[in-house]
This record gives sequence, structure tokens and C-alpha cells, in this order.
Amino acid sequence: MLEIRGLTASIGEKPILKGIDLVVPDGEVHAIMGPNGSGKSTLGYVLSGRDDYTVTGGSVTFNGIDLLDMEPEARAAAGVFLAFQAPIELPGVNNANFLRTALNAIRRAHGESELDAIQFLKLARAETKRLAMPDDMLKRNVNVGFSGGEKKRNEVLQMALLRPKLAILDETDSGLDIDALKIVADGVNALRSPTFSALVVTHHQRLLDHLVPNRVHVLAHGRIIRSGGPELAKELEKSGYADVLAAAA
Amino acid sequence: MSVVTQTGAAGFLARYEALKDRLPGDAAVRAAAAESFRVAGLPGGTSARRIEAWKYTSLRPVAEAVFQGSASAAGAMAALPKMNAPRLVFVDGKLQAHLSDMVPGFKSFADQAVFGGLARPDRDPLVALNTMLADDGACLRVPAGVDAGVIQIVSIGTGTAAFHPRHVLKLEAGSTLVVLETAIGEGNYLHNPVTEISIGSGAHLTHVRLQDEAAAAFHLSTIYAEIADGGTYDGFSLVLGGRVTRTEIHVRLMGPKAAAHMNGAQLLSGAQHADFTSVVRHDAPHCNSRQTVKNVLGGKSRGVFQGRIEVARQAQKTDGYQMNQALLLSPDAEIDSKPELEIFADDVKCSHGATVGELDAEQLFYLRSRGVPDSEARALLVRAFLVEALDLVTNETIRSILEQRVDAWWERQAA
Amino acid sequence: MSATAEILDSVQSGYKWGFETDIEMDLAPKGLNEDIIRLISSRKDEPAWMLEYRLKAFTAWKQMAEPEWARVTHPPIDYQDLHYYAAPKKKAGPKSLDEVDPELLKMYEKLGIPLKERAILAGVEPDPNERPQIAVDAVFDSVSVATTFRETLSKVGVIFCPISEAVRDHPDLVKQYLGSVVPVADNYFSALNAAVFTDGSFVYIPKGVRCPMELSTYFRINARNTGQFERTLIIAEAGAHVSYLEGCTAPQRDENQLHAAVVELIAMDDATIKYSTVQNWYPGDADGKGGIYNFVTKRGACRGERSKISWTQVETGSAITWKYPSCVLIGEDSVGEFYSVAVTTNHQQADTGTKMIHIGKGSRSTIVSKGISAGRSNNTYRGLVRILPSAAGARNHTQCDSLLIGDECGAHTVPYIESRNPSAKVEHEATTSKIAEDQLFYCRQRGLSEEDAVNLIVNGFCKEVLKELPMEFAVEAQKLLAVSLEGSVG
Ligand SMILES: Nc1ncnc2c1ncn2[C@@H]1O[C@H](COP(=O)(O)OP(=O)(O)O)[C@@H](O)[C@H]1O
Ligand SMILES: [Mg+2]
Repeated sequence: MLEIRGLTASIGEKPILKGIDLVVPDGEVHAIMGPNGSGKSTLGYVLSGRDDYTVTGGSVTFNGIDLLDMEPEARAAAGVFLAFQAPIELPGVNNANFLRTALNAIRRAHGESELDAIQFLKLARAETKRLAMPDDMLKRNVNVGFSGGEKKRNEVLQMALLRPKLAILDETDSGLDIDALKIVADGVNALRSPTFSALVVTHHQRLLDHLVPNRVHVLAHGRIIRSGGPELAKELEKSGYADVLAAAA
Repeated sequence: MSVVTQTGAAGFLARYEALKDRLPGDAAVRAAAAESFRVAGLPGGTSARRIEAWKYTSLRPVAEAVFQGSASAAGAMAALPKMNAPRLVFVDGKLQAHLSDMVPGFKSFADQAVFGGLARPDRDPLVALNTMLADDGACLRVPAGVDAGVIQIVSIGTGTAAFHPRHVLKLEAGSTLVVLETAIGEGNYLHNPVTEISIGSGAHLTHVRLQDEAAAAFHLSTIYAEIADGGTYDGFSLVLGGRVTRTEIHVRLMGPKAAAHMNGAQLLSGAQHADFTSVVRHDAPHCNSRQTVKNVLGGKSRGVFQGRIEVARQAQKTDGYQMNQALLLSPDAEIDSKPELEIFADDVKCSHGATVGELDAEQLFYLRSRGVPDSEARALLVRAFLVEALDLVTNETIRSILEQRVDAWWERQAA
Repeated sequence: MSATAEILDSVQSGYKWGFETDIEMDLAPKGLNEDIIRLISSRKDEPAWMLEYRLKAFTAWKQMAEPEWARVTHPPIDYQDLHYYAAPKKKAGPKSLDEVDPELLKMYEKLGIPLKERAILAGVEPDPNERPQIAVDAVFDSVSVATTFRETLSKVGVIFCPISEAVRDHPDLVKQYLGSVVPVADNYFSALNAAVFTDGSFVYIPKGVRCPMELSTYFRINARNTGQFERTLIIAEAGAHVSYLEGCTAPQRDENQLHAAVVELIAMDDATIKYSTVQNWYPGDADGKGGIYNFVTKRGACRGERSKISWTQVETGSAITWKYPSCVLIGEDSVGEFYSVAVTTNHQQADTGTKMIHIGKGSRSTIVSKGISAGRSNNTYRGLVRILPSAAGARNHTQCDSLLIGDECGAHTVPYIESRNPSAKVEHEATTSKIAEDQLFYCRQRGLSEEDAVNLIVNGFCKEVLKELPMEFAVEAQKLLAVSLEGSVG
């Protein structure tokens, strides 16, 4: 699915990612943990192609294609989805309209027929219901006036509708109550299949209880300093990053 | 020569003709200014063209007044705010050495008459008038890296004098200066100062102006400031006195990360007219300008605010903000406000806001329901209204001088 | 040259159309003088009072000077080098859509204009049995279409006809109201218009009548005798309601460089007039050559208590726009509204905004202006809110937002706020920004192309205004925004 080799990236002149190697096989969920400022969000942005992040070295292949060469929308069409740590507000842009435009753009890229407003609404309503979200979420402007939790849930709704192959969830569980956390986890679990993988950035074991990652990686100072099975997350939850950081130093 | 006293533009020109051989500095500059003034006249005066920049202010009362002589400054002098900082005292525009302190880096304009290039007589009739007739003023130079502390410049107007002081403030790189300008007086005089300011890279000027002129006086001041990279201009003007006032400030942000604050408060009553006009020009990227101007208008007074933020093509990442608010305290008061944005760069954040209204009835009621008497409650709310603009003044002594003046103004209204 | 400009160019230049031959025109000689005005008046079969009105206006105009205060520049206009009367006689258009320039049709398709309407816009000879769904002041040849609607309207007493006809058939109404909101000598262009206007609509809604349909000039400006100097007068008597649509989202084929229209609205007690405009006249090519000068005076008088006048405009066309739809709020508790989207690209110049004059107690006004500048264009909002001493308790809220696309354009905001009543409350807010990178990225991460992302964000930016448009206009206006900004991004 995803193969990252020696990836380095910087913001302006400042190097942030200093050589990331990471392979996520088909059907697997990997967790990424690490202290604040270690570069987790940066990795998500670089994978999805944000402009102000410059890739200075390394490669990323996604299902055999070179991801780094592609425009953000092409990556989205190829199946990369980033749930933003801080979802962006789009004043005046209706959520349903936004989602339909996005979904149809991706469908077009796959040579599929576009959905009309009615078909789309049926689909979207089913998803909101499944995710136990209020219906009016679709009517409101994208993330405008949403609470922190609502924004995160809106990201999950988008993921559910766009059905990506690779979902990168950037602290989507932060600031959520227990029910909402379950919704996020269910959202990911519902997509699980041999052709779906996920990269889950999180600080909490709770989400991982629901998701049970195949691998857990610790990112610090722009490098993956340790990888392990699900038990690594539990260990970190207990003892913090200090030991891992010290061991890596 | 006839004994008829000429008024208006003709009067000023006649005065120039009479004095020109005795005025200091470059005679050619003055002659050119006189020509500009002859063509432009006094804005809104009898003969002048209509100019957009003077849409809301007419200088007809100035044009019709007779300016001929000085009187005693003793009474006004007694009303000077007490402050423990070196001061330069000018009476009717002339430096009074015996009332002034030693200030390092100071030269009087009379001794060193150099016209700067910032104020342009060909563009601004009041600058032309000043350039034509200026004979004294304060030239202050702060050397690189020096903190010059607080300096006071005091102007006392008397009788029916007309004076046109020329001030120059030059802050070299990394220097710091706080200036408190106080303008007071007794009589129907005209005070028409022009101040040219240059702020070097990383330098910081705090420029507080207290205008509490005599009720019948005219105060027309023009300030031009240029700020190099990383330099800061913090300007605050409190306008309380004068029959007709114009405070015009032009600030140009020349180097990256320069910053300007141009706050003001005008508290007017009776038939006062005060016009606060400012232009901030962003010529470099990553600069920042902030402006909060408040008008509190009672009686038949008229407040004017004109403020323009100009952003040049190259001034990307500009952050410009401007807020002007007016409180109308009387049914006969008037506010005219024209906040303008002129923007040629795309990656900018510029905004302005304006509000006009009276004191908030609910707030007033809330205070009174807690036992605060009506007039006190009003005073409290007016002071609260001014806080945002005043907050720029961080020097506590100066701040308390300004606050006392505001309180005194309020007491005069209540009486 | 961008694709849009190219299409527009083909629309404008005319030759590509292949059916511009054999024009038989009833053409007055160039120049403006009393004789020409007499000629216009006699061609229109006008009564003597109308001619006098025109001549008086002409006398006033001669003494006036072109205004210079707007932020627009253009070479001097030689008013003696124009035809002031040019009524084309019947001429043959293309017989079917097959004969129409495919580029133009592509443009119409992008705008989502229904097939039938595309044909009308492209000048295909109309089938007299076809009926559009909107009442159209149909000056073009189809007499039957116009009369059908006129019957429905006349049943409720609504008069909707060309102004020249109203001058003859309803002289008392015209005499009473014409020039009562925009006086002859109000400004240079209104005086010119008063002297030489040849066309426009007249609408009269009697007491208590809610006009049964939206009234529209939708197709009329496409008629080949497009008035260069349109004159529109709308009167809503007490309790009357009317919604009037002006313009068209398709680029207008037009040889007239100078347009100087005057629109007057009058609303009595409890009356409501909603006036919506979508203006997409030829903006000139990518180098700023050609294009319409659109110098318009639009003003409404809320004379009655609780009367309401609402202006909504989407301005994307014209090389120069000089336009300030205004409200004089005389009646107690009267309401004025101005909702505007102005888009400028290439070398377009727009100086547009509104005036809200508060006279009546409790009068309220709302101004929402969205300016979008791209290319090398300049886009200025200029507005006046004036509260007179009589307007106790008046309210105004103004929101002006500008969006810059690219670093060669300019966005300017010039509001004037004048208040002389302490109990009035005025609030003004303005912002200028560009489309945020993070918004663009967010959309693209979800699969939208950069251009679609820009369109989505721009439409969101204009939402408050677009929602004020009648449904069928709103959809087209949205598409029009997209087409106008095509090629401006990236
Ligand atoms: N726009 C930016 N400009 C400069 N530095 C940035 C920017 N965004 C993030 N950084 C820096 O990059 C580093 C990694 O940030 P981030 O990827 O957000 O960390 P994490 O998500 O792991 O908390 C931090 O040191 C942060 O301060
Ligand atoms: Mg992060």
C-alpha cells in the first residue's frame, strides 16, 4: 500500500522530517505516536501534498505509484485521505455541496458517473445516521461554527463518503468524548478491508483499544525511533516517551 | 501701505512678503511653498477648490480670522501639566530658552533651519503655509542605540498670533524616544505645526500629543513619519480644545517588519470641529499597522475621521487594522467618517470597522441599578469607551496626565 | 488570452457570427444637439411635454462636467461621435442553432442556459408560439409573447410595458414620477440619459397587488435595438409587491461602447420592490481593448411607511462599471438593502456601491458588498450611509469584503459614514484578503481541482448575496462567477 523511504522534508528553511522509513502493507492499520512537535502532522501533510512543505529527499510509493509527483487532488483521487488535526473552515460553503463536489470529482477521476443531488443526499444521510451525527451537519457551512468534536466527526463523515484506500487520521480522537471516540473508531473499522490501510496519529491508547493497530511507531525529532506491536502503545501510555527517547539517543 | 489687515490666504502671503528676507533656511524652498500656497489657498476657505481630502472640514473660520499679535503666556503656563521630564517650551511658536531645559541632541529650527523631504508643500496647502512661514521649532536627533527617555515639547499660544512651528524628530537605528507634545494657550490664535519624523531601523518612537488649546483657537497640525525596517511608531493624539482642529498624520512603512500605531481620541462639545485624518502607507512586506480612533461628541460639535490604509504591490503579508468609533452625546452633534482601504497586494490581511451610536442604554441601566448615579455612570462608560485607544500609552505618568484631562473635560460638560 | 476572453471576443467582434450582414438601420446622424433630441422624440411619437423634458435635460447636461471622482480611467469620450438613435429595422438572425458560433454555444452550455433560451440569446429567430416562463418586456418582434403576459398582468391591474409606450398611454403616471427620484440634473450621465433615452421598462403595481410573476428584461437587452440609454421606472403603490429581474448571464453582443441607464423606483406604504441585476456585458479583451462603459444611476425612494427596496446585483461584465444603486429612506420604518457581488478580471474597472440616505424614523438599511479582483483589474466599493437628524432610531449595517486573486490587481474600499442623530446606530466592517492557502489545500485534499476549489470558495464568499437572488438567477449567477474567473487562478 504505502512505502516511505528516507523521506526528508522541510518548512521554509527548517528541516522537519529527517529520514522516515515506513511501510504500511495492504489491509493494515499503523499507529504513529510521538511527542508534540515531532513531525507527525508534517508527515500527513507531506503525504497529501501540501504546498508549503518541501520534500528534500526520499521517496513515497503508493500502490506502486510515485505519490510525491502528484497534485493534492490527484492523490485524493488515488485514494489518499487526510483527516486534518485542525479541520479548515469554509465560510459560505455548504457541507453537503462540498462533499458532493469532492465525491463527484473523485468519481470522475475513476471514470464513474457523478451523483446528482438526490442520490448524494440519500447516501450522505445514510452515513450521518450510521455515524450517529445530526442531519443538520450536512446543511451547515463546512466546519464553520462547529465545535472541536463536531469538526472531527465531520472529518470522519467525509472519510466514510469518500471511501479512501489510505486514511491518515491526525489526532482525530483528541478532544472527543467517549461516544464520539467510538464513532471515529467505527468509521475506520467499517472501511477495513484488504485494500484499505490507515495511518493513525494519536496520543491515546483508548482509540487503539478499538482499532487494534498492526504496528505502532514512535516519531521523534523527525525520525521513527522505535516500532513495535500494539503492546508498544500500552507501554508508552504507562511510562511516557522519556525512556524511548533516551534509548534512541 | 494701507492699514487694512488682510485675512485668509492673502494675509498669510502678505506676511510672507514682509518677512521673507529675515526667515531662516533655504529661501528657494520657501518661495516654492509660497507659490503652492498661492495656488491652493486655504482648504474650504473662500477661494479654494474643493479637495476630497478636505471634504468634511472647511477652514473658512481660519480664513476669516484676523491674526496680528501676541499676549501674555503666564496664565496658560500655569495650566501646564506637571511632569518630571525635560521640556522645550515655545510661546507663539518661539523657543523660550528661559523656560526650557537642556535636551541632548536638540537644536532649534531657528538655528538649524533644514526642511525635510517628507512634508510636501506642493501636495498639502497647510504644509505649504507652514513651509512658507516657519521660523522656529524643535529638531531632535537621537543617536543610534540611545534611549533618550521622555522629552516634552510644549506650545503655548496667545492672543491673535499665528505661528507655524517646524519640528523634526530623527531617531537613528535602535534608538528610543518618548515625546509628549502639549499644546495649550489663551486667545484666538492659529497653531499650524508640521512635524517630520524619521525612525531608523529597529528604533522606537512613542509620540503622545495632548491638544488642549484655547476654545477659540485653531489647531492645524500635520505629521509625516517614515519608518525603516523593524522600527515602530506609536502615536496617540488626544484632542480636547480648539475651535477648528485638523490632525493629519501620514505614516510610511519603508522596511520589512516596521510597525505603526496611530491612535486618537477627540472629545468635543459646543461648536467645536475636529478632524482626524490619517494615511498609512505600506511600502514593504511584513509590516503591521494598527489604528483605533474614538470620537466623543457633545453639543453641536462635529467630529471627522478619515483614515486610509494603502498597501503597495510589493507589501505582501501586510497586516492592517483600523477601527473608528463615535459616541454621539447630543442630538445636534455630527460624525463624518471615511475609513478607506486601497490595496494592491494580494497576500494581505486588512480590515477596518466603524461604529456610530450613543451610550448603551442597557449598560447605563445596569450601572444605575447598582447604585451608580447617572452622570457618574455616563462618565464611566465614556472612559471605558476611550480605553482601547488609550491603551497604547504605556508610560504611566503620561497616561495619568491624559486621564486627568479627560476627567476635567467631562466635569466641564457636566457643569 | 484566456478562454473566457476568447469566447467573449468572438461574441463581441460580430464577424464570426456570419449573420451580421444586410443590416438595415434607421440611424440618426452622429452627434448630440436639439435636432437629434427632437428626432428621437418624434420617432417615439412623444407628446410635447416629453420633448420639453428632454430639452431641459439637454440644457442642463451641456453645463455639467463628467464626474472625475470614481477610481476609473478611460480616454475622453467624444459625445458628438456617437449615434443617439439607431433603431435597426427587422433583420434576419440565424434560422437555427446550427448557424450559431459553436464557441458561443459552448459558453451558454457552461452557464447552463436551457437550450431554448440559448437560441433566443444567440439571436435565433424566435418561434412566436414558444413562451418563456418569465414575463418579459419583449421589445423584440414577438408581439404575441408580450401580449400573453400582458393579459395576465392586466387582470390584476399591473402595467408592464416599454417606457416609450407608457409615455403615450399613461402620461399622468409618467409625468408624476419620471425624474422624481433621479432629478434631471442629478449627475452628468443622468442628465444625458434624460435627454436621449430611447428605451426601458415601465412598471406600475396598483395598491395592494402582489405582482403574480417576476418581471424581467431578461431577453430584452439582447434585442438588437438595445437601448444605450435605458430608462426604467417602477412604481409600487401602497401594499404592492414586485420582483424585477434585469439582465442576463450570457455575454451581451453589443456595439455600443457607452451605456448610461437611469432606473427609478418608488415604493409607497408597505410596498416592496426587489430589483435584481445580473450584468455580464462585454468586458473588453485580455489586453483591455474594447468593452462597455456602464455608467448607471439607480435610485429608489422608499416614500411610504414600512416600504422596502432591495437591490441585488451581480456585476461581472463591462470594461468600466460606475454604479451606485441607492435608497432614499423617507418613510418611517422603511428598509433599504443592497447586496452586491462585483467581479473584475483582466483590465476591468469597477467603482460600485450604494447610498443609503436615512430620513425616516426607524429606517433601516443593510449593505453587503463582495468584491473579487483578479488579473490587472481594479475593484472599488464606494458607499455612503447618511443619517439625517430626523432619522431617530435608524440602523445601518455594512459588510464589505474584498478578495484578491493574483498580485496585479487592486481592491479598494471607500465608505462614507455621516450621522447626525445620536439614537441611530451605524456599523461598518470591511476586510480584504486572498483565498487562504489552507482552504485551497483542504478542498484539494478532498479531490477538488484547484479551479473547482477556487470556485467553491468564491461562491461561499458570495453566498450572502447570491441567496438574495431569485432562484433561477442565483444558479446562473453562480456559474457565471466560475466562468468569469476561469483562467485567473494558478
Ligand atoms: N508553518 C510552519 N512554519 C514553521 N514551522 C512549523 C510550521 N508548522 C509546523 N512547524 C514546526 O514543525 C515541527 C513539527 O510540527 P508538527 O508536524 O505539527 O508536529 P506534531 O504534529 O508532531 O505535533 C514543529 O517544530 C513545529 O513547530
Ligand atoms: Mg500534530
